Amino acid sequence: MDIVKLTIDNTPVVVEKGTTVLEAAKTVGVDIPTLCYMKLDDMEFENKPGGCRVCVVEVEGRRNLAPSCKTECEDGMVVNTHSVRVVNARRTVMELILSDHPFECLVCAKSGKCDLQSLAQDLGIREIHYQGEKSHYKSDHSPAIIREMDKCIMCRRCETACNDVQTVGTLSAIYRGFNSVVAPAFEMDLDHTNCTFCGQCVAVCPTGALIERDHTWKVMDAIIDPKKTVIVQTAPAVRAALGEEFGLEPGTLVTGKMVSALRKIGFDYVFDTDFAADLTILEEGTELLGRLSKFLAGDKEVKLPILTSCCPAWVNFFEHHFPEMKEIPSTAKSPQQMFGAIAKTYFADQLKIKREDLVVVSVMPCLAKKYEASRDEFAVNGDPDVNISITTRELAQMIKNANLKFTELPDDDFDRPMGESTGAGVIFGTTGGVIEAAVRTAYELHTGKELDRVDFKELRGMEGIRSATLDFDGLPINIGIAHGLGNARKLLEDIKAGKSQFHAIEIMACPGGCIGGGGQPYHHGDVTVLKKRQKAIYEEDAGKTIRKSHENPYIKKLYEEFLGEPCGHKSHELLHTSYFDKKKKIEI
Amino acid sequence: MTPEEVIDEIKRSGLRGRGGGGFPTGLKWELTRKVKAEQKYVVCNADEGDPGAFMDRSILEGDPHTVLEAMAINGYCTEASKGLIYIRAEYPLAIERLKIAIDQAREYGLLGDDIFGTGFSFDIELRYGAGAFVCGEETALIHSMEGLRGEPTVKPPFPSESGYKGAPTNVNNVETYASVPVILLKGADWFSSIGTEKSKGTKVFALAGKVNNVGLVEVPMGTTLREVIFDIGGGIKGGKKFKAVQTGGPSGGCLTEKHLDIPIDYDNLIASGSMMGSGGMIVMDEDDCMVSVAKFYLDFTVEESCGKCAPCRIGNKRLYEMLDTITQGKGTVEDLSKLRNLANVIKDTSLCGLGQTSPNPVLSTMDNFYDEYLAHVKDHKCPSGQCKALMSYIIKEDACVGCTLCARVCPVDAISGEKKMPHVIDQSICIKCGACFEKCKFDAIFIE
Repeated sequence: MDIVKLTIDNTPVVVEKGTTVLEAAKTVGVDIPTLCYMKLDDMEFENKPGGCRVCVVEVEGRRNLAPSCKTECEDGMVVNTHSVRVVNARRTVMELILSDHPFECLVCAKSGKCDLQSLAQDLGIREIHYQGEKSHYKSDHSPAIIREMDKCIMCRRCETACNDVQTVGTLSAIYRGFNSVVAPAFEMDLDHTNCTFCGQCVAVCPTGALIERDHTWKVMDAIIDPKKTVIVQTAPAVRAALGEEFGLEPGTLVTGKMVSALRKIGFDYVFDTDFAADLTILEEGTELLGRLSKFLAGDKEVKLPILTSCCPAWVNFFEHHFPEMKEIPSTAKSPQQMFGAIAKTYFADQLKIKREDLVVVSVMPCLAKKYEASRDEFAVNGDPDVNISITTRELAQMIKNANLKFTELPDDDFDRPMGESTGAGVIFGTTGGVIEAAVRTAYELHTGKELDRVDFKELRGMEGIRSATLDFDGLPINIGIAHGLGNARKLLEDIKAGKSQFHAIEIMACPGGCIGGGGQPYHHGDVTVLKKRQKAIYEEDAGKTIRKSHENPYIKKLYEEFLGEPCGHKSHELLHTSYFDKKKKIEI
Repeated sequence: MTPEEVIDEIKRSGLRGRGGGGFPTGLKWELTRKVKAEQKYVVCNADEGDPGAFMDRSILEGDPHTVLEAMAINGYCTEASKGLIYIRAEYPLAIERLKIAIDQAREYGLLGDDIFGTGFSFDIELRYGAGAFVCGEETALIHSMEGLRGEPTVKPPFPSESGYKGAPTNVNNVETYASVPVILLKGADWFSSIGTEKSKGTKVFALAGKVNNVGLVEVPMGTTLREVIFDIGGGIKGGKKFKAVQTGGPSGGCLTEKHLDIPIDYDNLIASGSMMGSGGMIVMDEDDCMVSVAKFYLDFTVEESCGKCAPCRIGNKRLYEMLDTITQGKGTVEDLSKLRNLANVIKDTSLCGLGQTSPNPVLSTMDNFYDEYLAHVKDHKCPSGQCKALMSYIIKEDACVGCTLCARVCPVDAISGEKKMPHVIDQSICIKCGACFEKCKFDAIFIE
């Protein structure tokens, strides 16, 4: 290992060659402020265009100040991070950035969680000495994401997320100079583009330029409507992150408090998307086994590998980018939509109410779920299966609006029947979880034997692409896992080229899976937050008595009373879907 | 000659990059040669963007072969088999002639595979730019050639290590290339016999502004500004007084009377607060307002900033706005220190050469013409009478005969008075259009 020795603020530092001054400074307790910089270790996310110039430092012998995020340490370097020259430059640059930013902090959705705001506080900016014209761009209100680009500071994080990590390529810098802004080509609205609504741009935006579409008031309108019965489903990843909005440590499970809060907010029934996740496993697992047995019987037409389909951003991704492969993913709807379809039939029948009088709300870690809920094929006579989808952040806002002291709420349990779930349903919230859940069921259905171990640790982790071969009683099953659409693209290219050896692949659009979704509390570039959420998800699974989807008693009952058998006629009608070629829909 | 011998010859000649930076060309080639890679590229920067400058265009239109030859020599030295010329699409004639020259060179076997049986292969392609000034910056130029947004990236890594498509890339300006064949023909000693100690050879300047003879002039390094402006340029138009000369294009600085006898070379110009740049030279006379001059250049950089880094994107805009405020007579003395601080911070923190030099016109005019700035903000007067907002048209009572002509041409009815009685201009209404001044037959209206 090559090492370099340098001095930062009079302190000698020894670091590995290739380390940046910013990283080296951290090792001696010097925290150089940054703004555009963001790095998520293990997530292949690194944004350091060197554009904001807030992290500049003085390097002896250099004519100009150097951006510490981009400057590699060199032997003998003498760095000063807080000389008068540096501090003046940093503050002046910050004032410039603020001078082109709307002062709407009091009513901004990002207030209190805004990197720009907190940096302005840290630098003690009390006056903007340089004022002038401000940039104005048209707002863009898509079904999931709202773009208020007057608040864009050109940090380019969203661009990195959209292009480098997700390889979607919707966002890039357009125009020049003072008019520069990150936008879709020709400044089109997002819903006219190939945007997947994964929301990773929102997850990394330092300001309020990119935010989710707020549906909380729509929920409240439904709750106060006496004609409506309002039920809610909560996705697995929500419970592992919601607490962060109330000051709890990342990774604190708040399932019980969340259920309490939802009841107090006024939902008539509080259900769990995990129930529908179990249902998904039954359908998807059966589909996998069906395709697999056909394949083993020598059927050359059968599509393998089967790809999971529970992630709506991923669905959008292949509809836009790989429409020629739209027959490969499982036809199983996502848990959110399965829940909606069952709620508006089976459950509405139980309550003896019309489907129109039942309002299904979902709480999701996701922005693409808002879009998914609005897809035409998921509605019956104009009545959507899922009426409103809100994010973890929006739920936190609703809890605050209801004046609830969240951390002091008692633990409560979900309602039945659609609140019962297994450990398999819980792990849907993290990368590797869906396929692990599927394997638990598929193994037992295929072999007729009981698993001696339920934990498939070989499928877990944070690596972008993972694979494992599992022994299905003598039959080797090759499993692939990808999270982040850029990784998904790699596996898809392999399939396209006929190089894929997998039988089944799980894909989640967001790095880390749903725990890192675009609707989750902001991680501010701290990847340990995601890891702690993942740990919490596995803890909840481990603590469950039932950990295999097919053993969920209410799922069994659902099939007995209503659906018949997995992948049967009724299932196909309610729980399966088809995909569209969206490539041609892009219009200018 | 071996590649090493060629590089040595270029090094000994003392040739420095003519695009503005003045980096020793031989050394640059040597650095690229030393990097080991399967594929390397040689690039010609023909993205000439300084307002009023057309040195490169004249070379490309007049003698494109010399540039092709030099690029092949560069390829030979750096072990690159591919040359790219990045040229702005607004140079159609240069493009047409380059295409002809490339075809001719291929026909003669001067470009292509295994040139003259030497085993050395080299070919050249054209890449078109949309005329963005910032694409003259080499990393931005490379991104633009790759089909990406034309914006720079932080160096290091330098293009010599990682450039076009990640391969080692050697970028040189048109004029630099044009100097190479002649150095090899006549020898390094001949070339280095011309010029000053650290700046060898000749340099082409685009002489423009208030001089009698405008156009391209090629002079040996070390020629003084006075020789260029007064001998070659024939002095100031209309016998007016010389006031300043902007060298180095929009990123350069304004030099004054006291700099006229300094021998022009890279280092002297920088020491005087300006730079060589690509060779723009705009002469100003006593009628030019230096605040307005700085504003003019800032207008250009605001337009041409790529928008990547905050100080250039927003800072230059604010500089422009402050200068505009000053020319409107609304500036204060405090604004001047703010102006200087902002200019220094932009220079100190910007990502690329564009932002690092864009405040130069402000700083150099402030250094050399501070009194003019003070006159604008303290007395609310423009000493050169260029800033309209600071002018007043006044009727001399004793000269006015009351012919009413001025009142009749005034588009805003700012002039009042009885027939055959002296008229008066209401300054709060006057828009300073000058119509009254033009019309008055009795020289009764003067400008203050």
